[in-house]
Amino acid sequence: MRPTTLFFIILALSGAAYQLGQRRAWNVGKSLGGLKNLHSRPAYYGLLAALWCAIPALIVFAAWQAFETRIITGLVVAALPESVQSLPESRLGLVVNDIRNLVAGNIVSGQIDPAMRQAADRYRSLQAASHAALAVIVLCLGCAGAYAVRRNITLTLKARNHVERVITWGLVLCSTLAIFTTIGIVLSVLYESIRFFKAVPATEFLFGLKWSPQMAIRADQVGSSGAFGAVPVFAGTALISTIAMLVAVPIGLMSAIYLSEYAGRRFRAVAKPLIEILAGIPTVVYGYFAALTVAPVIRRTGSLAGLDVSSESALAAGLVMGVMIIPFVSSLSDDVINAVPQALRDGAYGLGATKSETIRQVVIPAALPGIVGGVLLAVSRAIGETMIVVMAAGLAANLTVNPLQAVTTVTVQIVTLLIGDQEFDSPKTLAAFALGLLLFVVTLILNLIALHVVRTYREQYE
Amino acid sequence: MNKHTSSQAGAMAVVRRGMAKRYRAERRFKAMGILAIGASLLFLALLFASIVGNGYSAFQQTYIQLEVFLDPEAFADTSLAAADYPGMIKQALRRMFPDVSGRGDLRQLYAVVSSGAGFDLHQRVLQGPQLVGQTLQVWVPADDDVDMLVKGHFRGDGAQSEGRLSELQRGWIDRLKTENRIEKRFNRTFFTAGDSREPELAGIRGAVAGSFFTLVVTLVLSFPIGVAAALYLEEFAPQNRWTDLIEVNINNLAAVPSIVFGLLGLAVFLNFFGLPRSAPLVGGLVLTLMTLPTIIIASRAALTSVPPSIREAALGIGASKMQMVLHHVLPLALPGMLTGTIIGMARALGETAPLLMIGMVAFIVDVPGRLTDPSTVLPVQIYLWADSPERAFVERTSAAIMILLAFLIVMNAAAVYLRKKFEKRW
Repeated sequence: MRPTTLFFIILALSGAAYQLGQRRAWNVGKSLGGLKNLHSRPAYYGLLAALWCAIPALIVFAAWQAFETRIITGLVVAALPESVQSLPESRLGLVVNDIRNLVAGNIVSGQIDPAMRQAADRYRSLQAASHAALAVIVLCLGCAGAYAVRRNITLTLKARNHVERVITWGLVLCSTLAIFTTIGIVLSVLYESIRFFKAVPATEFLFGLKWSPQMAIRADQVGSSGAFGAVPVFAGTALISTIAMLVAVPIGLMSAIYLSEYAGRRFRAVAKPLIEILAGIPTVVYGYFAALTVAPVIRRTGSLAGLDVSSESALAAGLVMGVMIIPFVSSLSDDVINAVPQALRDGAYGLGATKSETIRQVVIPAALPGIVGGVLLAVSRAIGETMIVVMAAGLAANLTVNPLQAVTTVTVQIVTLLIGDQEFDSPKTLAAFALGLLLFVVTLILNLIALHVVRTYREQYE
Repeated sequence: MNKHTSSQAGAMAVVRRGMAKRYRAERRFKAMGILAIGASLLFLALLFASIVGNGYSAFQQTYIQLEVFLDPEAFADTSLAAADYPGMIKQALRRMFPDVSGRGDLRQLYAVVSSGAGFDLHQRVLQGPQLVGQTLQVWVPADDDVDMLVKGHFRGDGAQSEGRLSELQRGWIDRLKTENRIEKRFNRTFFTAGDSREPELAGIRGAVAGSFFTLVVTLVLSFPIGVAAALYLEEFAPQNRWTDLIEVNINNLAAVPSIVFGLLGLAVFLNFFGLPRSAPLVGGLVLTLMTLPTIIIASRAALTSVPPSIREAALGIGASKMQMVLHHVLPLALPGMLTGTIIGMARALGETAPLLMIGMVAFIVDVPGRLTDPSTVLPVQIYLWADSPERAFVERTSAAIMILLAFLIVMNAAAVYLRKKFEKRW
């Protein structure tokens, strides 16, 4: 039985259990002189039966699905001839892949020898056995659950309370998913990073000045030693983010000030959504625009001025990234500026300040913590932004502060190191995870500070 | 007293002297605000103008009319499906330009039509086998370079801007033009084909299908989970450390760079659980984790906007807490939750970086039909095409962007409409 079919059978079964439980509750109720004598409404008995039918079955189903492939593969590999098993891990992986392809009936690379054919047959029979066992176990569990509930439907069964407890646990589970996600991120990035730092010392990674993550495929290859000094990559990220913030902060802040302090209602109703469109445009579109339109314009302007501008200059990527962040800065600042109490403004006007003086000397200082928090969030977004820099910034890790030259960023390196087929034991691939870890930690710190600042600020005026 | 008035007058004089300057500063400040808004709007306009200006021509494709003789001999010893259709196209071209000879020149002649030109012919013959032996007038797609020339993208002086077409080829195209055998038509291929290395044969169907499957997975998972999490945090959770931890986590995840979710997907879903690479299923899982915080935050806002009197009334007539939440609060908050979900889906639709990590960046020609088929999504397709050197891919990339933006605009408009329609002021 195919797993998807089985899944739908479980659902159908639990639907049947619902009917069963509900009818049983009706009958029990009637025999005792009406529904009002039952503890809960009949639907709750049905629900309870359905839940008891579906939940254990689905848990077993999911666990089985998650581990089936690994266990079967392990069994098949263990049965392979000694000569194959002693192959290095990567070669063994290829053999396993071939076996799987044989099973699926796909095209297989290379020759099929009888041992492989045998292994594939074994794989297939194990898989069939596993599917059959799963079907039997799951269906038995489902029926048993439904039956147990049906037996217990009596006057004393508090079906509603049971159902509500199950639902509450479901809600708790859903809300903890955020924590599991964070743990998952940390573990997955950390695990590979530790493997990376075994091959490359952390000090070299953090303070080395040369980045060229090319590892040799053969031992005798020229230029085989990769260099993993990430300082140029950090510098490039910092340069592009700085340019982006130089664009986004003044423009975003000034638009927010104008929209919240000067603009009339009608102007605001038109301009604010228009600016927010900028936030809804996918980053890949910005990247395309930066590479296709902005970079050539900057290059041409630069050559008119006699400057040598790289076609993948940091300036183009930074400018466009800045534009992307404008709505982010502007809407966050707009919120905090609006939160500044009117009394402060009235006080300043009363002292004879003009509107701009009030804004500059009263409103902005009062809103500053919130604005700083917003800017920090924007910085974290700039550092983590990927598609614009992948498409418009370079790959070569130059250590420079010249915005007209090509630089590379952390995200660009992660993408280039991980796209395509990679073996999972070379430092080249693992370096991407080390960069990812760093990116996660830095943005995490920025976010936590920003969220804290914004929260305390908000409390101040509430 | 007298002294006091004079100093007051002096102060007034100082203030008055400064007034003009201060008003100038005021005007400058205001102008800076307008300038800032103008700059953002100008950029928005530039972006759209550039995309539309580059992309609108991709909705048309140049076709060339050929007179193809379906030689019965060519079908003599093969089946209809295996006959040499490209050969027939070449023969038709030779017959149309009999004066062309020499291998190099002939190769240039064949390059005028698309390398997939035989495919259309193939389809027509399969549909109507009685056509064999007749002479057909067929419109076949032109090669992408010819297409660009006809659309006027290669104008200007200098050999570079003429594209890759030779003097000879341009002569032939001029002749075709005078014979009315070349024309631009609506580019159906763009909407019905999968990816291709040949721009004139490339389409977005595969990418749109991939995006659709990915979004379905994302929606099916993230909406119920997000709503459940919001319900718990807003209605049931006690105020303690644990709840605080969850909240900090959610707020932080909302600001984690999307590429980090890609790393998670790669390490956990692909390497640990062994799910298939490039599959919409995995893409959907990754995007679910990414959009969940957005949905949870929006759903919580929707829940808080439901007034407490509703809750009290429900509890007062004897509903349990769960009944109060599920029967009364949730239905009232649902429009707001839906709005947040649609906005989250729009973000997921435009997301590229995490999907690159899980291998959705492969070159895939087939249109995916299942959740586990290898596929790509619309933004990744845009990324792939943007990297292609052919000039014709520039306009196709822009056109794909136009399609993507159209989807996003529709989704956001739906969210705005929902909000307007169901928004309640209590």
